[in-house]
Amino acid sequence: MSTGPQFDSVDMMLNMGPQHPATHGVFRMVLTVDGERVVDVTPHIGYLHRGTERLAEVESYGQVITLFDRVDYISNLNNELAFVRAGEKIMEVDAPERAQYIRVILAELNRVASHLLFIGTYAIDLGAMTPVMYCFRERERIENLFEHVTGARMMHNYMRIGGVKSDVPDDFVPWVHRLIGDVRKGVEETDKLLSTNEVFLGRTRGVGIIDGPMAVSCGLSGPSLRGSGIAYDVRKDDPYEIYPYLNYKVPVGENGDCWDRYYLRVLECYESLSMIEQCLNQLPDGPIMAAGRRIARPPAGEVFSHSENPRGDLGVYLISDGSDKPYRVKIRPPSFCNLIGLRPMTIGSYIADAVAILGSLDIVLGEVDR
Amino acid sequence: MNVTLSDAVDLGIRLFALFNVVALGAVSLVWLERRFLGRLQGRPGPNRVGPFGLLQPIADAIKLMSKEDVAPGSSQRLIFYAAPILVFVPAFVVWLTFPLARDLVVRNMEMGLFFFVAISTLSIVGLVLAGWSSNSKYAILGGFRAAAQLVSYEIPIITMILVVAMLSGSLDFVSVVDAQSRVPFILVVPLGLVIFLIAGLAEVGRTPFDIYFAESEVVGGPFVEYSGAHWAIFFLAEYVNTFVLGILGALLFLGGWRWPFGENLPQLASVALLMGKAYFIVLVIFWIRGTYPRMRIDQLMEVAWKWLIPLSFALFLVTAFQLKFEWPWWILTIMSLAILAVPVLVQSQKQRNPALALAARYAANAVVVEAKPRPSPAAAEDTPPATSETAEGTSA
Repeated sequence: MSTGPQFDSVDMMLNMGPQHPATHGVFRMVLTVDGERVVDVTPHIGYLHRGTERLAEVESYGQVITLFDRVDYISNLNNELAFVRAGEKIMEVDAPERAQYIRVILAELNRVASHLLFIGTYAIDLGAMTPVMYCFRERERIENLFEHVTGARMMHNYMRIGGVKSDVPDDFVPWVHRLIGDVRKGVEETDKLLSTNEVFLGRTRGVGIIDGPMAVSCGLSGPSLRGSGIAYDVRKDDPYEIYPYLNYKVPVGENGDCWDRYYLRVLECYESLSMIEQCLNQLPDGPIMAAGRRIARPPAGEVFSHSENPRGDLGVYLISDGSDKPYRVKIRPPSFCNLIGLRPMTIGSYIADAVAILGSLDIVLGEVDR
Repeated sequence: MNVTLSDAVDLGIRLFALFNVVALGAVSLVWLERRFLGRLQGRPGPNRVGPFGLLQPIADAIKLMSKEDVAPGSSQRLIFYAAPILVFVPAFVVWLTFPLARDLVVRNMEMGLFFFVAISTLSIVGLVLAGWSSNSKYAILGGFRAAAQLVSYEIPIITMILVVAMLSGSLDFVSVVDAQSRVPFILVVPLGLVIFLIAGLAEVGRTPFDIYFAESEVVGGPFVEYSGAHWAIFFLAEYVNTFVLGILGALLFLGGWRWPFGENLPQLASVALLMGKAYFIVLVIFWIRGTYPRMRIDQLMEVAWKWLIPLSFALFLVTAFQLKFEWPWWILTIMSLAILAVPVLVQSQKQRNPALALAARYAANAVVVEAKPRPSPAAAEDTPPATSETAEGTSA
């Protein structure tokens, strides 16, 4: 707290990042600190700006998918799905049901992989070094499946406007069944180790509180918003693909603190795994690509479509001028919007809390800066 | 006191032997920690350099020594380079009084425990100076944290050493060990070892108290600007201090070389017994490191001033009563366990149980989304917005 009037103290400016182990890439925040207390925080972004939106204007629709792989490089398939759905909307195509199931299975698996990465790195931020090993072990299993299906561990370029690139391998269903069992065990293991650990609770409960209305007005989405008690999930409120045919639960927090944001992601891992199981049971046979021309040349017009990414509500606003390249692709990145909540959460907390809060928002700089 | 040449040579040989033992012990901890943590985390740990990766610390040392030694241009050179030595020397000097077996000691002092307390406190100066002289904000923050943390945790450690001194009636390490020939002090005052270990972790700066060089917050704290050999000295000092904690715990609470085999052990076996106990404590420390996250600075202070210091004073008083009224020793055990139960119960009521309830509630109260019946495959062709056949780009 402040030292009182008898001391003439000067606040210190502490430059955290862009090279700092806890800023998850090249985020930079300038903290004004009074001893260990954070008086003010100014985020600086743009160190990873790659001009994705501009590049998308000079690439054909098929090539833009590869750009979306690289927007949020932790959940590539969810990003592909977001763009592909926008493309399908403007071209008025629908992917065959089998393709939709495959996409949802892969997207949900990618959500689990992304949340696992979050859990591990969040534990590192708070100084626990073991969970990240467990999480990466499980994430590696998922990446192995991705490699088997799409040919790449991360930059898949697998989804297409109107379907997917190729059908899944023959051993896909048993493989995923086995994978779900392993991953669920790994998530449980990490959950037990970390979630109700005394020190972890002390570091996260009651830290970085943001209430529901404030979270909404900051534009938060995803687990960061649901932690504040707002049950908004695009899968539930604006269903897409085959999500309406699945039974699932959307966990919602109460306190809006770091622990809520963390624990909702753990619960979402379990939910996603059960969703994948349902998808596998329902997986129909059939074509994987909509009939039609290979080169996308949509009619002039504009569409907005959004989907639930691991980090929140990823929106794609697509304008077509009738050529084979998009006229404009505007991305509404959940990481960037979640970052707006950083300042109200951080002011008044400790330096160590600033790290915990930034970690709990689970930003990916590739998506913040695009 | 007349110092003859043979005395000086004798002391020199002893110091040299001790230095090697300490350095070897510290280096063995580096290897042990990496292997043990590897096992905890489901990975092999270093296993490429030498058998079982045993030569890994040597490879690390060669790497560190061959690095360029950089000092920030705006640093206070003299203090900057003196600070690692100020941290390392106390860590080494305390070993002068540690007996590894009955007669295996450099200088046995009647005030051995006091000597340890007096010398080990000095390393704070080195950390603060390292933080200050680096002229870096992270370093100075780390230096301040180190000062606050180490000074606070001196108190419970010293109180625990006092409790041991009261129980054994001596400040001499050999007498302390002799007093435990039948019942080690861990059975008499279990709370004592708990407080000693927690406060010791904070003194050494190990998880969950690695706050002053927290990698994800202050990026190494006082050590942030150091590189190469100077950093290696800090690193070595950290492990020497961990080893000190293990040996001290074994001597003060686990009965040193005497319990449970009595006095009849040959000297080599008693050294092995003491080392075994020390390594056991060290493994517990590594285990804690593999399990816990890091505390926050205010929580660290809270643990010291609200819990450890009152508890250690309570134990001190209880021990005094036991000695005064000459109760049997197990009365003290019961009372010490009762005192220990207070923080455990309070803390679990305050934090763990509500969190478990909250976790269960979140899992139960999640918004349920029911599945709609899926249209049958035959009907699926025309029911949902299925315009896939006609869909195509417009202009050619």
